[in-house]
Amino acid sequence: MAIEVNILKKVPIREQDPKVRATNFEEVCLGYSEEEAVAEAGRCLNCKNARCVGGCPVSINIPAFIQEVKNRNFEKAADIIAEASALPAVCGRVCPQETQCEGVCIRGIKGEAVSIGKLERFVADWSRENGYVPKKDVEKKGKKVAVIGAGPSGLTCAGDLAKMGYDVKIFEALHEAGGVLTYGIPEFRLPKERVVKHEVENVKKLGVVIETDVIVGKTVTIDELFENEGYEAVFIGSGAGLPMFMGIPGETANGVFSANEFLTRNNLMKAFLDDYDTPIKRGKKVCVVGGGNVAMDAARTALRLGAEVHIVYRRSEAELPARVEEVHHAKEEGIIFDLLQNPVEILTDENGWVKGMKVIKMELGEPDASGRRRPVEIPGSEYEIECDTVIMSLGTSPNPLIASTTGGLKTGRKGIIETEKETGRTSVPGVFCGGDAATGAATVILAMEAGRAAAKGIDEYLSNK
Amino acid sequence: MFEIVRKVHLTDKIWLMDVKAERVAAKCQPGEFIIVRIDDKGERIPLTVCDYDRGAGTVTIVFQEVGASTTRMKELNEGDFFADFVGPLGRPSELISTPLNELKEKKILFVAGGVGAAPVYPQVKWLHEHGVDADVIIGGKTKDIIILENEMKAVAGNLYIATDDGSYGINGNVTVAMKQLVYEEGNKYDLCIAIGPVIMMKFACLTTKEMGIPTVVSMNPIMVDGTGMCGACRLMVGGEVKFACVDGPEFDGHKVDFDAAMKRAKAYQTEEGKAMLRLQEGATHHGGCGMCGGKD
Repeated sequence: MAIEVNILKKVPIREQDPKVRATNFEEVCLGYSEEEAVAEAGRCLNCKNARCVGGCPVSINIPAFIQEVKNRNFEKAADIIAEASALPAVCGRVCPQETQCEGVCIRGIKGEAVSIGKLERFVADWSRENGYVPKKDVEKKGKKVAVIGAGPSGLTCAGDLAKMGYDVKIFEALHEAGGVLTYGIPEFRLPKERVVKHEVENVKKLGVVIETDVIVGKTVTIDELFENEGYEAVFIGSGAGLPMFMGIPGETANGVFSANEFLTRNNLMKAFLDDYDTPIKRGKKVCVVGGGNVAMDAARTALRLGAEVHIVYRRSEAELPARVEEVHHAKEEGIIFDLLQNPVEILTDENGWVKGMKVIKMELGEPDASGRRRPVEIPGSEYEIECDTVIMSLGTSPNPLIASTTGGLKTGRKGIIETEKETGRTSVPGVFCGGDAATGAATVILAMEAGRAAAKGIDEYLSNK
Repeated sequence: MFEIVRKVHLTDKIWLMDVKAERVAAKCQPGEFIIVRIDDKGERIPLTVCDYDRGAGTVTIVFQEVGASTTRMKELNEGDFFADFVGPLGRPSELISTPLNELKEKKILFVAGGVGAAPVYPQVKWLHEHGVDADVIIGGKTKDIIILENEMKAVAGNLYIATDDGSYGINGNVTVAMKQLVYEEGNKYDLCIAIGPVIMMKFACLTTKEMGIPTVVSMNPIMVDGTGMCGACRLMVGGEVKFACVDGPEFDGHKVDFDAAMKRAKAYQTEEGKAMLRLQEGATHHGGCGMCGGKD
C-alpha cells in the first residue's frame, strides 16, 4: 500500500489522541510504520554536502541511513547509526531535532524538513522488534576504564570505549541504569521497559559491565579506583542532580516538591503503579514553577495523575526554554500556562500543607546576559492563587561528592567540573568528564556528544601512556 | 544482591540485621547512613549505620516496624537477600575528624531515644576504641523498648536508662535524666549528641540550650534517592534550606527548626494527615513512607 506524499510536508506521525493520553502513561507518539518510514525517507535529497550531519552532535551519517531506509535495508540503516550513536531509540525520541539536524535540512527551506528524528526512531524500534543487534568484532586492549554514571554520557562513552576494545565498568549510584532517561524523562515520552532498558542491554552486549548501588565519592573514590582496582582512566558522567529551590517562605511545606523528586517518585519508583510501595501525592490543583523541558514533564505527569495543572513562568511564551513540541503537547493535553508571573511566597494551612501561592506579575525589560529579555516585577501586583501542590522546576547543579573527594580536580561556577570540551580532559591526568557534570543542566544529546568526545580523548591518552 | 547473615529480634517491634555489603563495610563511618531496598517494587529505605565489621564485610542495621515496607523487611530471614544496599551516605560524625587530644579533654553526653540507640552505638564504640569514654542516656516509653543496653554498657563510660513510665532506671523522659545528671549530680558536659524521635531531639536541645551545652542531632526525614537528587529531605537549619542526605544527617541541634520538621513528618502520622494522604494519594498510599504508622 503506497502512501501519498506531499513532497513539501512530513509524512504525518501518528499520536495518541490528547484527550485519551491525558489519562494514561502510554507513549504519546506512536512512530512510523514501515510504509510511512519508507515514504518519508523518499523525501530526503541525499545532499552531497549534507548539512544535517553537521547539525548532529554525534555526526550520524544521516543521508546514508535514510537511503538505506528508502531501499528497505533496515539492518544496514541500523549499522550506519550504530557507528555514531549507542542510544538511537532514545535520541529519536528526545533530541531537539528542530534546532539540530532538521533545523539545517535543505528540504526545510521551502517546506518541512525531512523527519530525521522519527526515521532514526523507526530504525531503532525496527531493530529491537526484529531482534537485530548491530555489532562488529573487536580486539581487546587489556586496559580497564571506569565510567561514573549510567546516564546518556556514561553509556555513550562506555559503549564507544568497549567498541575500541577497552574493559569498561560503569558505576551507577541508583538501583537502575539509565540516569535521567530512567528517573527524569517520563514513560509517556520515553518508555522504560521497551526503550531505555533495551538500549542499556545493547551497551552491555558490547561487553560493558554495570555495577549499581555504588556512589563514587562515598562508596569508593576515584583515587581508590586508580590505586586499588587497577583502572587506568576514569570518565565522570555523574550529571547535574542537585535541584534548586527559590528560597521563598513556605518552601519546606508539605506538598512542595522539586521536579526531580516528583519525577523520580513516578519514573524510577513507579509510584503511579498500584503494586509499587512508593507513595506519591496526587494533587487536585498543581502549580509547576519553571518553563523548561523538565517543567513540561512534571506538569504532564501531574495531569495524568488527575490534577488541574498550571505552568507558572516568569517570562513570556517566546522565552520558554522547553522544546516547541513539548509545549505543544502540553497545551493539547490541557495544561494551563500562567505566564509573566512569579511566586513570592508559598501559603500553608495550620497543618503545614500547601494551600496556595502568592504570585507577583512580571513584565519584560532589557535583554540580560542570556540574550533573553529580563523579567521585572510589577510593584503592587501580587495576588493569591489556590493550589495544593507546588513543583519547583528551576534547574539543577552538579553533585559536589566527586569533586570534593578527588585530589586536584578543579571546579568552576556552581561546582561544574572544569573540562576541555574536545577531549573531555579535566585538571587530573587520566580523569575525564562530560555531560551535565561538565556543563550544568543541558540535553541528552549534548551529554552523548561529550561522552563520545571523552571516549576519543581517553583512547588517545591511554594509547600514548 | 546483599545477603542477610544475621537477624535478631531486639524487642517488640525492633529488629537488627547484619548484611553482607563489602563495599559499604569497607568505607562506612559512625554517623553515616545506608539505603536499603527489599526488592524491585520496594521503597528506598534510609537507615543509620549501627555497626560494621570491615573484616567480615558486614554492616549492622536496626529498624523499627512502622509501615508496610518495614513490616515486609522484618519477614526476611538469615540467608535472604536485599535487592539493594547502598552507601555510605551522608557525612560522618564530626567526632571522627576532631583531633584525638581535643576529644580526650571533652566530656561527652549521648542521649538516645528509642531506636535512636542504634545510631548512637557506633559513635560511642568508636570513641571507646580511641580511648574516650562518653556517658550515655537511653530513654524509652517503657522498659520493653530499651535496646542495645548490654552492647552500650560495654563501650560507654556511664550508662543511664530512663523510662517514661518508670518501669526501669530513672523515672521520666530523657530530659529528666539530663537535668538530674547536670543539675543534681553536678556533671559537666562539653558536648551533647542527641538522636531519637524529632520531638525528643527538640526537647533535648531546649534543655541543653538552657544548660549551655553545644548539641548535635541526627535528622531522619523522608527521603527518596538519598544522594541529593530529590530534595525531599530538606530542613531549615539556621534559616537556610539544608538537605539531610548530603548536608547531614547530623546538624547543630540549636539551629534546627524542629517545628517545621515535625510538621513535615506529622502529616504522615496523624489521623487527619493519614486521611488527607488517603484522599490525595489514593491507591498509591500504602503507608510505605515508614512515617504514618500503618498500612492505612
